[in-house]
Amino acid sequence: MPAVSKGDGMRGLAVFISDIRNCKSKEAEIKRINKELANIRSKFKGDKALDGYSKKKYVCKLLFIFLLGHDIDFGHMEAVNLLSSNRYTEKQIGYLFISVLVNSNSELIRLINNGIKNDLASRNPTFMNLALHCIANVGSREMAEAFTADIPKILVAGDTMDSVKQSAALCLLRLNRTSPDLVPMGEWTSRVVHLLNDQHLGVVTAATSLITTLAQKNPEEFKTSVSLAVSRLSRIVTSASTDLQDYTYYFVPAPWLSVKLLRLLQCYPPPEEGAVRGRLTECLETILNKAQEPPKSKKVQHSNAKNAVLFEAISLIIHHDSEPNLLVRACNQLGQFLQHRETNLRYLALESMCTLASSEFSHEAVKTHIETVINALKTERDVSVRQRAVDLLYAMCDRSNAQQIVAEMLNYLETADYSIREEIVLKVAILAEKYAVDYTWYVDTILNLIRIAGDYVSEEVWYRVIQIVINRDDVQGYSAKTVFEALQAPACHENLVKVGGYILGEFGNLIAGDPRSSPLIQFNLLHSKFHLCSVPTRALLLSTYIKFVNLFPEIKATIQDVLRSDSQLRNADVELQQRAVEYLRLSCIASTDILATVLEEMPPFPERESSILTKLKKKKGPGKVPDMEETKKERNSDMNGSTEPVSVNSSAVTMSTPSTSTDLLGLGLAPVLNSVAPASAGGSLLVDVFSDNSPAVASLAHTAEENFSSPRIGSADVVSDDPAAAVHDADELVNKFVCKNNGVLFENQLMQIGLKSEFRQNLGRMYIFYGNKTSTQFLSFSTAVICQDALKTQLNIQTKQVDPAVDGGAQVQQILNIECVSDFMEAPILNIQFRYGGALQNMSVKLPVTLNKFFQPTEMTSQDFFQRWKQLSIPQQEVQKIFKAKHPMDTEVTKAKIIGFGVALLDMVDPNPSNFTGAGVIHTKNIQVGCLLRLEPNTQAQMYRLTLRTSRETVSQRLCELLSEQF
Amino acid sequence: MPAASVILVEQVRSPGLSILRAFNYDTYAAANCLYIEAVKQMHFMLLFSRQGKLRLQKWFIAIGEREKKKIIREMTQSVLARQPKTCNFMDWKDLKIVYKRYASLYICCGMEDQDNELLTIEIMHRYVELLDKYFGNVCELDIIFNFEKAYFILDEFLMGGEVQETSKLSVSKCIEESDLMQETMEEYMSKPTF
Repeated sequence: MPAVSKGDGMRGLAVFISDIRNCKSKEAEIKRINKELANIRSKFKGDKALDGYSKKKYVCKLLFIFLLGHDIDFGHMEAVNLLSSNRYTEKQIGYLFISVLVNSNSELIRLINNGIKNDLASRNPTFMNLALHCIANVGSREMAEAFTADIPKILVAGDTMDSVKQSAALCLLRLNRTSPDLVPMGEWTSRVVHLLNDQHLGVVTAATSLITTLAQKNPEEFKTSVSLAVSRLSRIVTSASTDLQDYTYYFVPAPWLSVKLLRLLQCYPPPEEGAVRGRLTECLETILNKAQEPPKSKKVQHSNAKNAVLFEAISLIIHHDSEPNLLVRACNQLGQFLQHRETNLRYLALESMCTLASSEFSHEAVKTHIETVINALKTERDVSVRQRAVDLLYAMCDRSNAQQIVAEMLNYLETADYSIREEIVLKVAILAEKYAVDYTWYVDTILNLIRIAGDYVSEEVWYRVIQIVINRDDVQGYSAKTVFEALQAPACHENLVKVGGYILGEFGNLIAGDPRSSPLIQFNLLHSKFHLCSVPTRALLLSTYIKFVNLFPEIKATIQDVLRSDSQLRNADVELQQRAVEYLRLSCIASTDILATVLEEMPPFPERESSILTKLKKKKGPGKVPDMEETKKERNSDMNGSTEPVSVNSSAVTMSTPSTSTDLLGLGLAPVLNSVAPASAGGSLLVDVFSDNSPAVASLAHTAEENFSSPRIGSADVVSDDPAAAVHDADELVNKFVCKNNGVLFENQLMQIGLKSEFRQNLGRMYIFYGNKTSTQFLSFSTAVICQDALKTQLNIQTKQVDPAVDGGAQVQQILNIECVSDFMEAPILNIQFRYGGALQNMSVKLPVTLNKFFQPTEMTSQDFFQRWKQLSIPQQEVQKIFKAKHPMDTEVTKAKIIGFGVALLDMVDPNPSNFTGAGVIHTKNIQVGCLLRLEPNTQAQMYRLTLRTSRETVSQRLCELLSEQF
Repeated sequence: MPAASVILVEQVRSPGLSILRAFNYDTYAAANCLYIEAVKQMHFMLLFSRQGKLRLQKWFIAIGEREKKKIIREMTQSVLARQPKTCNFMDWKDLKIVYKRYASLYICCGMEDQDNELLTIEIMHRYVELLDKYFGNVCELDIIFNFEKAYFILDEFLMGGEVQETSKLSVSKCIEESDLMQETMEEYMSKPTF
């Protein structure tokens, strides 16, 4: 091995490494390491000053131990000492140790920075490179603060060596990523752009990376780079005989630089200047042509490098989305790759085609490959590739091929890998809904889905099918018949029982005329599954039974018998027991009229975004669901477009005591409690069952009038069976506060909750006022703010407990300090508990802390606005929604709402004066997200079109949801 | 966020709500924030053996030690579990994993979804070529015993997850120079300066 002889072999280190390798067991290795650590520690602590070589050797040993996966808690100081050594090898090891084991110990960082400063000033290129590498490797904020001013100078200085320029460019790039606010823009920027013309291709490569990063932030400042990049690219790609020497990689001229230049061009729209544009088109055509030429080498490196450039060129073509000719050629090229023998190319072709499918110019061309893609789904051995095929089928799906694609996906599902089943289920469910012309097909598809992959059918999927069946009366009879038939199977999935139970409970009467599905047969069929099901499903079935009592009075006695049986009335599960008790009582004492009102058919669901889509989005990271926006756009006019939004009466607040009218049957209670305050749920439920419940039933007759006057008490069912809906409905309360910060959050007979809040950047403060409206003292008054699931990490809310006693007529105040850590979807929940007249009261309210509260308005000119607008053109960045005006369309009110939303209202920006545009930045602790919005009113149609573009998909989605509810 | 917390502290003292509104805001900085997210970069590069032993790790993003260990564990497990003759790509969380096997050694890079996969394969290949040129027919043992050299060579080639120098000649010249230079430089530097 020549390496060992090269200069600086450290014999002690080699011996130590051999020792470790010879260790027979993990224990022996640890023993050897501990021995070595003790040795090094004693050497470092020893009186005798170590010479540079020993220090280097021991630091290197520590590094080796660390890289084996052991913790190292000393030696940092010795490593820092090595930085000031004059010996190159010692310095190098010192820097390596610091790069790998960076410690945020600020004392040390100062010393390290000192060493770096000296080396940067040394004018020795080798030392300067070491220092720059260290800055780039560590990239901490302290380092950025210390060096961002110097590095641009080094980069553009005339006498800097090429290799140092390269390091300086990439070092600056790294600092720009970690601390973008610290990198100063200035006169050096124009000189950096001119590095694109540099003689040295290595310098050009590094500079292109840097410019790309900076241009994404400041496109205007680096605009001149477009023409320079095009001419550089053209010199590499189109000239026949350039000798790029060592920058030619397996017969491909400068592939890295080409890809980086193509990437830089993706920061900009197509060049406006005709000559530049022509030259770029020529480059892109040449790259496409070269793909058809026979390879110059059989080596895989040659084809990889060549195709890397080709794929990047196709990305640029898709990004520009303006040359139909190029788009179609790109599509044909990818079509060839679909059948290439290289698995990598098939994978990449499928992936690239996904984005191509969303362009109007190439959508049709992509569709011609459907058979190949379906075939890939069936025959590919590699799950990664099959996954891409599923994605592409999803992206290319439209009304013309939906039936075929859904059928193929269902087929594939039977044998699909477990890891991707859930996602396929979601995709099938979405496509079936989106492109359903005939809803019987939709219902069949979903039932098939449950049959084939019941375990992977999430709640969202079956909630959705029920929402749709309820909202579309043309499909109800068919659904009832189909689920009835599906339930005949001896073993059917629990999800089918849920759907079946729900649908028969609502629409069983539609098939009851047929003697083969008479009421009793329906009931017996469902009840035969009852004992095999989990508690939530049984609870749902009990609700179905009570609905049967209303639908089919002839089997009332049978059902009452079932409810009365010990296995129900004395069920160990409180929820089941409570339902059985209450339903039984209800069926006994209520007159037919009352029953008919209470158990009326479900009202249509308010139109809302398909919960399945949300789920798919959560599953896939941002940017992985290519035509989400399209889905959203089409959805309104598609599926339930005809259903007018209907407000569901269940309020955001659920009182747990029977003295209030909202939740007579206690149905809404359990799920809400379960989801809101798991800790307290058990306790308060017990209270309900043992102390309050019987009075509840007894008082039923008195309160019946009041309760039943609410026309849709039946919708309590929704709440209980669909916790998501319970939370969602509550959004109406939150929506009230989207554009304002103060007001009354909640009020009932007992108390009033008022709010005052203020927000600044990513921080906020909320004053909550609890007013006791009664003359009696509230005891054991306590509140808790609950952030569920992901919200825990996204919001940081701190508060002090309030005084446990609130006097009659008095008001107490609570202050919440809120920090937004990253962007979030849900609202935190305020849970309030207190004793009033001996009964425990428990209520939950959504707190109107919404993402838009962390807006800071941004003023900008029309030109800036549209420049930025164009920059945010990736499909996932845009969310659009078309909706009907719920309030009179008053310009001044709309303006006030937009300003209240938190963005700056930009006058004279939109060419159409009746449109509204706004801009702002969402501040969170982790990131800041710029946001542009445009609201186009159509007074004739009483409709609005709202478009939001932000750099983050989830933010666009959330803001659109929030704002669209305001008009 | 030290600056912001100061504002909140002041808030406690002054009862009015308007202080927040009065605070002057730098719109330029706000406009700057629009595109940070669009950056695509490599997150890490790992070298490990067929037995799952880590030989080299390089991180291009700031990330905690525990998280690093978790990623290393998941990477070795899932890459080693891949069937032969499959493609070199794998989805993992929001990242795309590109990996390649060289004899007993696997190289694995985590990159953002939109990055160029094929070129990443060639980055790994070029790195192996550089190791090969330096060590002469490189094998796993070379990397074990001269791990610091493997790091130095990687540093010359990649910086901040971007390719710094693609020319094999330039990189190896750089490394050989520093190998040679260290002797002469050491001699030079250790001379008394008077």
